[in-house]
Amino acid sequence: MSTPSRYWREIPQRYRLEANMCEKCGKKFFPPRLVCPECGNRDLKKTKIAEKGEIISYTIIRVPPTQFKDQAPYAIGVVKLDDGVQIMGQIVDCDFEDLEVGKRVKIEFRKIYKVGHSGILCYGYKFVPDL
Amino acid sequence: MREVAVIGIGMTKWGELWEKSLRDIYVETALKAIDDSGVDHIDSMYIGSMSPGIFVGQEHIASLLADYLGYPHIPSTRVETACASGGLAMRLGLMEVASGMNDIVLVSGVEKMTDVGGDEATYALGTAADQEYECYHGVTFPGLYALIAVAHMHKYGTTRKQLAEVAVKNHKNGSKNPIAQFQFEVTVDDVLNSVKIADPLRILDCSPITDGSAAAIICPVEMARKMNKPVIKVIGSGHATDAIAISQRKDMTWLESTYRAAQSAYKMADKKPSDIDVFEAHDCFTIAELCVMEALGIVDKGKSGEAVEGGRTAVDGDIPVNPSGGLKSKGHPVGATGIAQIVEIVKQLRGEAEERQVEGARIGLTQNMGGSGASSVVHIFERE
Repeated sequence: MSTPSRYWREIPQRYRLEANMCEKCGKKFFPPRLVCPECGNRDLKKTKIAEKGEIISYTIIRVPPTQFKDQAPYAIGVVKLDDGVQIMGQIVDCDFEDLEVGKRVKIEFRKIYKVGHSGILCYGYKFVPDL
Repeated sequence: MREVAVIGIGMTKWGELWEKSLRDIYVETALKAIDDSGVDHIDSMYIGSMSPGIFVGQEHIASLLADYLGYPHIPSTRVETACASGGLAMRLGLMEVASGMNDIVLVSGVEKMTDVGGDEATYALGTAADQEYECYHGVTFPGLYALIAVAHMHKYGTTRKQLAEVAVKNHKNGSKNPIAQFQFEVTVDDVLNSVKIADPLRILDCSPITDGSAAAIICPVEMARKMNKPVIKVIGSGHATDAIAISQRKDMTWLESTYRAAQSAYKMADKKPSDIDVFEAHDCFTIAELCVMEALGIVDKGKSGEAVEGGRTAVDGDIPVNPSGGLKSKGHPVGATGIAQIVEIVKQLRGEAEERQVEGARIGLTQNMGGSGASSVVHIFERE
């Protein structure tokens, strides 16, 4: 099992949706990067990702990894946010039959999973329908 | 650069090999390749293996396997780029022989996957995806390819039945391959009624968990010509990468790493897709074979589903893909897969593929892929 530092260092992204942006070509990165893969620029400015977007693909996980056993089946999607950033996350509070490409969703802060019986609770973002 | 040829191949039956250890599986196939080539020694060896540390708790396998093969002091290198590890082992061996650094090199792959249970195997395979931004959210490998499948179906109208046709075709081919893990045929209905894994993919869309190894011996063409067997030249090699997380790709349906690796290999070989007689492609999931066909330039974007449905990729079709049975039926011991593809192509070009033989095959291509497409290795072979 990893030490909590591995979880802790991702908190700015997972809790606060922190990203960064290339000052030269305007491209936004989530998670943040140290160098822009488009133009090689290393001068990146801190920013945040948009909190709404639309589903560009989805699936329903029937056979989950161990730490997600108590949640299956669950939906996972790739969402294109309104600022152009694409991210993966679970889609919750949505019936499976209502999942579709193009559906509008928004980010909410949720528990992702817990590490065993006495480990830490892991939080982050999930998508819910944007009604 | 010196021209390089494959002079020996070795494989044994793949499957759930409970009675055999990683080292036994490996040494058996490597010895077969050495015997097939007729050489009296090897100078160096490369081993593609993705995750022996998780699957059998053993790292440092390059030295272990050299020792057990009876070559305890030669340079031995383990190569890892997830499920493309075998293909990369070939590429590095090729560089070593082409450069003149060594003459006779063993290129090989091995994975022993059934010493752990299903959960741990799923975890091990998942390490080929982005741990912090994909696996953290509960996605699995079938899940990643399911996301690619839904995007492909949405963009191009690819159908659920067309995906099933890939499995049907590969099982049909695999039923004629004596080393395949699953030597039986399946129907479209079998696939469509099999258990759901990650919608729309079902268990018969997925390659299995397999124990297995594969090996080949390569040497300079000049040396190969003095041997009493067909000279199978390695005429093209390409290797490329892409974002590991599928969400970071501009178009999830497009395998840029495969496209780039193939373009490098075609350029080096001075061949185009229509020159190739037979393909071995990385069908870890049915949708993968479709995306690979498009990225290799065998069919236009979005046209792979109908090509498979129309029988074009069957052994007797105009673009035969995976006569071996592919990963789907032959099995997928991840690190060994790239070399097993080469073994099949060499058999095809030698005319030794028996019931699976593509008539008159002279030029063949292998495409081996890591993760959800973040790495690809392509090789082109030609019978002299």
